[in-house]
Amino acid sequence: MILSVRDLKVSFRTDDGLVRAIDGVSFDLAESEILGVVGESGSGKTVSLLAVMGLITDPNAVIEGSIRYKGRELVGLPPRELRRLRGNEIAMIFQDPMTALTPVYTIGWQIAEQIRAHRNISKSKAMERVEELLAEVNFPNPHEAMSRYPHQLSGGMRQRAVIAMALSCNPALLVADEPTTALDVTVQAGILDLVRKLRATHKSAVVFITHDMGVVSELADRVMVMYAGRIVERGSRTALFSDPRHPYTRALLGSIPPLTGAKPRRLPAIPGSPPSLLRLPQGCAFGPRCPVRYEPCLTGKPDLGAATHAAACYRVAQA
Amino acid sequence: MTDKDRPILETRSLGKRFSIGTRFSAEGRRTVHAVDNVSLTVRRGETVGLVGESGCGKSTLARCLVRLYEISDGELLFEGDDITSKSLSELRPLRRRLQMVFQDPSASLNPRRRVGDLVAEPLRIHGKLSSREIASRVAELFDLVGLLPDHVMRYPHEFSGGQRQRVGIARAIALNPDLVVLDEPVSALDVSVQAQIVNLLADLQEKLDLTYVFIAHDLSVVRQVSTRIAVMYLGSIVEDGPAEEVFSTPAHPYSQALISAVPVVETTPSGTRRRIILTGDVPSPLDPPSGCRFHPRCPIAAERCRTERPEVREFRPGRKVACHFPTV
Ligand SMILES: Nc1ncnc2c1ncn2[C@@H]1O[C@H](COP(=O)(O)OP(=O)(O)OP(=O)(O)O)[C@@H](O)[C@H]1O
Ligand SMILES: Nc1ncnc2c1ncn2[C@@H]1O[C@H](COP(=O)(O)OP(=O)(O)OP(=O)(O)O)[C@@H](O)[C@H]1O
Ligand code: SF4
Ligand code: SF4
Ligand SMILES: [Mg+2]
Ligand SMILES: [Mg+2]
Repeated sequence: MILSVRDLKVSFRTDDGLVRAIDGVSFDLAESEILGVVGESGSGKTVSLLAVMGLITDPNAVIEGSIRYKGRELVGLPPRELRRLRGNEIAMIFQDPMTALTPVYTIGWQIAEQIRAHRNISKSKAMERVEELLAEVNFPNPHEAMSRYPHQLSGGMRQRAVIAMALSCNPALLVADEPTTALDVTVQAGILDLVRKLRATHKSAVVFITHDMGVVSELADRVMVMYAGRIVERGSRTALFSDPRHPYTRALLGSIPPLTGAKPRRLPAIPGSPPSLLRLPQGCAFGPRCPVRYEPCLTGKPDLGAATHAAACYRVAQA
Repeated sequence: MTDKDRPILETRSLGKRFSIGTRFSAEGRRTVHAVDNVSLTVRRGETVGLVGESGCGKSTLARCLVRLYEISDGELLFEGDDITSKSLSELRPLRRRLQMVFQDPSASLNPRRRVGDLVAEPLRIHGKLSSREIASRVAELFDLVGLLPDHVMRYPHEFSGGQRQRVGIARAIALNPDLVVLDEPVSALDVSVQAQIVNLLADLQEKLDLTYVFIAHDLSVVRQVSTRIAVMYLGSIVEDGPAEEVFSTPAHPYSQALISAVPVVETTPSGTRRRIILTGDVPSPLDPPSGCRFHPRCPIAAERCRTERPEVREFRPGRKVACHFPTV
């Protein structure tokens, strides 16, 4: 296993009380594996992976549990050690490209610095590499693009610059947080190919957060569905899409607008909104919005269990 | 002409140029033609979906449409009135009627202000309402977009992405606009929240008689919301027509490639859909290819395409394409 996360819990102390962002998440990731992570917005996808990267800087955060990278415990590792791992072996593509880019420097300079921070090469060599990388992420005119400032690029170009930065070190573990949301489908297809290539040539493991089910079904080997800080369903891509079990997963798949055939007048959205993480409901967190809730759901919290294809739901356990 | 057919917004050969670099940089000052020769008509009550490759000029065009950018070339007409070079003070009365929802709600909402305040802001600036009237209008708007009354006192970071997006929409519709330009309003949302917002936009359109220009990369969302589709490539519109028709029978080779590349959840055995993979370099608006700008990547490009730029022409009532050899 390249990555083993056990019973990860992340909470934030706020004026209103404790926000339980991650409430017991466990998963494994093998070499050359691509794990897709989907789920409600606010369900903890970003926070759980920031925790893995040791990038939660909020002093009010409380992190519990275990995160092992190649057998080595990361929770409690000194920041300096973590920084060495990041960029060398582990890379992250942030959801918002502007968190990784500085407005005052050109993107060429920023990517070159990132390369030079971890590898001892000359400035001109680094610049050559930057040009190659920008070409790989489909920049028109990569040489010219190096001298642009972030605000002179379109949203999707900024995102691709950040992808180039993350790929620059051929990471053993790549964590990508919605890397293709600002990209059109053709450019997106190119980026997905790059991720596959990274896996093929460097045996890299990839965690890919996205809300695009089409992307998940094309790229991921396994999928994890999150709701209110927990994993509610986990399984191979084929199992999850052909036989979704958790009521939330089913509803999520049902909300996708069709690309062909008749256009529904309204999309089948899930009624209600996700629970406040300050006051999680008693029992199953999806309960208040669940169409098949029954007695046991009101008091107990359903477990995910250990099966390869597992759903944290009493109805599923019973079936 | 009935009210429905009357254009609310019209561009005539609209263009937007940026200059980049300085005279000291290696290549000197250069011009990016981000939007080039766009003629688009938006009729009252319709939703025009704007799609195209990343960097093709959608956001730039969107900002030109609401005059957040100065327009470099061509004309922009609002209800037949030329507003291309109106000054900021002349635009003031129009601002109320032309609104924009930005792609990233968190970047466009001041984090230190309560969301009730943020929604009240346009009312204070443009309206002549008492503070009591403003409060009741804010409550009404919150209800309309599906936010709870006690959300008024919260700060933006205390909301989920979908709720923040609703705040952005509440702000945009606060002054009863006629036209709202939405730049990727649902791209950052999971599909269930996305479905809620898409339904909300449809309800508001019906209730308030709104017209939308809707930008998104997710083509299934675009298909759901749009009555018409305009496909952009390298700064220009290459195809324009009723949404259903453009999706089922795209005429331009670029539209065909775009629609075929959509990743879908495969419930049918794979291999039933043929994907057109575009080869060749993505061209740059700094030095666009000669002739048809798509020719270096077009699977059916012919000699003529390299030299002669195809004009936009209407090949059937309501359907336009800029291609020498469209599939019609
Ligand atoms: N610093 C913080 N203080 C308090 N709450 C926080 C903080 N950071 C995150 N949260 C909360 O933790 C929860 C999980 O957030 P996270 O960003 O992981 O969601 P997500 O699943 O990535 O959602 P999205 O799809 O919208 O990106 C959210 O409800 C968020 O409001
Ligand atoms: N301020 C600016 N200065 C220089 N060039 C710019 C500026 N803003 C945009 N551009 C360029 O104009 C072109 C169009 O950008 P725009 O942001 O409109 O694209 P877009 O279609 O919205 O792309 P995306 O889908 O990635 O958001 C791009 O080549 C971009 O680099
Ligand atoms: S445990 Fe009960 S409430 Fe929760 S998802 Fe299953 S059926 Fe619904
Ligand atoms: S004009 Fe020629 S190159 Fe351009 S899209 Fe049509 S066939 Fe292709
Ligand atoms: Mg996130
Ligand atoms: Mg854009």
